Amino acid sequence: MALRALEKGVQSDLMKNIIINSEPARLEFDQVSIAYHGAAATLQDVTFEIAHGDQVAVVGPNGAGKSTLFKALVGLLPLRSGSIRIHGMPLGHHQDCVAYIPQREEVDWRFPVRVQDVVMMGRYGKFGWWKRPSATDHAIVQHSLTQLGIADLARHPIGELSGGQQQRVFLARALAQEPHILLMDEPFNGIDATTQEVTLQLLNDLRQKQVTVLVSTHDLTLAAERFDKTLLLNHRIIAYGSQKEVFTAANIAAAFGGQVLHLDNDLVIDQCCPGKGDSHA
Amino acid sequence: MLEWLLSPLSYTFMQRGLLAAVLVGILCAVIGCYVVLRSMAFLGDALAHAILPGVAIAYLLGGNLLIGALVAALVVALSISFLSRKGDVKEDTAIGILFSAALALGVALISSIRTYAVDLSHILFGNVLGVSSANLWLIAILTVIVLSILLALYRPLLVVSFDPVLATTLRLPTSLLRSTLLVLLAITIVVSLQTVGISLVAAMLVTPGATAYLLTRRLPIMMLLSGLLGTLASIIGLYISYYLNIVSGSAIVLVSTLFFLLAFFFAPRRGLAWNIFHHKPIGAK
Repeated sequence: MALRALEKGVQSDLMKNIIINSEPARLEFDQVSIAYHGAAATLQDVTFEIAHGDQVAVVGPNGAGKSTLFKALVGLLPLRSGSIRIHGMPLGHHQDCVAYIPQREEVDWRFPVRVQDVVMMGRYGKFGWWKRPSATDHAIVQHSLTQLGIADLARHPIGELSGGQQQRVFLARALAQEPHILLMDEPFNGIDATTQEVTLQLLNDLRQKQVTVLVSTHDLTLAAERFDKTLLLNHRIIAYGSQKEVFTAANIAAAFGGQVLHLDNDLVIDQCCPGKGDSHA
Repeated sequence: MLEWLLSPLSYTFMQRGLLAAVLVGILCAVIGCYVVLRSMAFLGDALAHAILPGVAIAYLLGGNLLIGALVAALVVALSISFLSRKGDVKEDTAIGILFSAALALGVALISSIRTYAVDLSHILFGNVLGVSSANLWLIAILTVIVLSILLALYRPLLVVSFDPVLATTLRLPTSLLRSTLLVLLAITIVVSLQTVGISLVAAMLVTPGATAYLLTRRLPIMMLLSGLLGTLASIIGLYISYYLNIVSGSAIVLVSTLFFLLAFFFAPRRGLAWNIFHHKPIGAK
């Protein structure tokens, strides 16, 4: 009797997964505003929609609210107004369909965990907090490690790895999480060529798996060449759409203001020294 | 040698004291791993001092001092959690405010009691050889409860401590987990009151964990090692205290510190001495 009830439970779980997977993984921001205590709004009236499987670059000057956008999407920051919907449902109704790869500076690399422990954390939401990981979970972890070329580092403490390898650990974890939506905060900042190549390769694989991807980056060329759409952000949305629609001189000037230098026909953005007014992150 | 080890155990107070010291040694060392990794040392020390008013009130009312301490620690732990919840007040500021307020209240209450001198020194420095069998039972039960909860919440606490963002995406109740850890820490501190007293609890919490951290880079092994070091320090410390006739809390903490220094200088791969003799360029495999 108990066994039958258990089987039923498993079946209905399977059904749920199938139903969720067959839904379009739409991501909608509807007039979202976010403000930290007492400060001016970091994000103001942000409205956009991302279709299932699209890869979007989020571009803007320092302190434009890129990280804030991601943190709101994960549910870390309360919205002042507006709403965020995934699969047409407000945040909080989803188990773990969003994976987030933090900036490297946000991680405590001295924490005593090994590479494979970190990647297995991506499976915790799937197999439950009090169960042992199954053979499938181990296989998925192994596969993710292999795909990112760090399988031979599995038993190393994360603190012993190079910066690029550390980033790949978090990419592997995001992969093991099997997300519908993947957020990457500045993954191309200060990494080696191999890691950049592996990261871009991964984006191609995710495209086949129809995972929706948002990547914040300073690299405008990369944004224009490797992504379906670009979201140009400076507290509010300056432009959102294809490369042609977004990368106009007027839009870039509106987003980056005084940081833009006109050199002949090229626009150069001076990102090393953000001007006054752009400094609050 | 055997005679030397067994003769103190012929006294009941020594048996009880040793049992209490070992229990507290394990408990502090295991929860202490989170204290070290989450940088909660200041919080631990503050909580220890904040139980003073609870002890004083229990003393004035003629109640059980441990229970008074437990209530005060829980109130302060949850207040810190509440004050710093919204981010208006930083956590270490909240700790600083509540810790001094509780300490001031405790001293004010105690100064109104005429015959406090002896009991106060027991609160400050512990009196492991005076553990009653009722208190030993209380210590044992609380130790089992706290360790069981830590074991049951191993994965959630690991994720919340290492990566709060992942914890949020996995929809873990992060603030509830933080408060739970605070409450467990408060209970631990109260349990340690008998052996090392409030002035030395911080060392019991931090030192074994910090030592274990020098020796391993895996959390489960760190907890195991830390527990082992805590136990060993308690046993050795108590024997030293018996034979040299010094305060037991101090002896335990000094032994623990000695372990730390040994690990700091001689730990494989990380110790100073190791690095001098196995010099290699940074980043080499």
